[in-house]
Amino acid sequence: MDLVGQLQRQFVDYTTSLTREGFLDDQFKQLQKLQDESNPEFVVEVVSLFFEDSEKLLNDLASAFQQKIVDYKKVDAHVHQFKGSSSSIGAQRVKNVCVAFKTYCEARNFEGCSICLQSLEQEYHLVKSKLETLFKLEQQIMAAGGSVPEL
Amino acid sequence: MDASSSSSSCSSSSKGMMDYGNEPHVLAVDDNIIDRKLVEKLLKNSSCKVTTAENGLRALEYLGLGDDQKNNLETMGSKVNLIITDYCMPGMTGYDLLKKVKESNAMKEVPVVIMSSENIPTRINKCLEEGAQMFMLKPLKQSDVKKLRCQLMKRS
Repeated sequence: MDLVGQLQRQFVDYTTSLTREGFLDDQFKQLQKLQDESNPEFVVEVVSLFFEDSEKLLNDLASAFQQKIVDYKKVDAHVHQFKGSSSSIGAQRVKNVCVAFKTYCEARNFEGCSICLQSLEQEYHLVKSKLETLFKLEQQIMAAGGSVPEL
Repeated sequence: MDASSSSSSCSSSSKGMMDYGNEPHVLAVDDNIIDRKLVEKLLKNSSCKVTTAENGLRALEYLGLGDDQKNNLETMGSKVNLIITDYCMPGMTGYDLLKKVKESNAMKEVPVVIMSSENIPTRINKCLEEGAQMFMLKPLKQSDVKKLRCQLMKRS
């Protein structure tokens, strides 16, 4: 198999494994379908926005929990945002943590919330690095003169 | 407000005369930047001209319905063919925005679509009763927007 073929195979396998392991769900595929010649960087742009937004939200959440009295309404608002954006890009595991986080918020359960925040940070960083790997693979395919396979 | 108005090329086949020239002008309102970008792309892919607003107040201003615009008849807002708004927004919710639009003489005929990530029947009914054209569950798919486009064309 030539280089392009190998890279394309790697790309397909990697995307499949990300879906299988629950990192990405069907919504990510929907995003990829939206990309076209008029906007060939669409997915990267949206995901970059997600990274920026998420990092800000994680900082805001960390601050909220460092306060003497936790403002659960504020925390809930942040988690709601995070849930929305992770759902919109198909970051399933991140979204699932947000769902649990919301429940603990509503119950004003400090322990539960703290565990969720840790989990959220973990899952976010995981999906971030996986998406970055995926984008790198895409770049390599294109640099080798190939096209990114549609899934 | 990031009023990013732009046209997409008309690539879809038109079944007869479209009442909005080639491209309906949609005002999309959402406080989440990722969702704004997504809905904008979905709409552009369906041959719509799109303006986005990050909250209800900015949306009202754009439509010429802001508090200090009582007598402003010649705004861009009069060219809007559809409003699509998120339900859960801080300050003014999508429902509040819907009410304001329906209460105005200038804009009450403009269809308003509400989007939400939560499937709550009482919420949906409340919006439909207030005159929402449609309620859509997030995250939106291209097929949802295509359906909406068809409904829009049938309306006139």
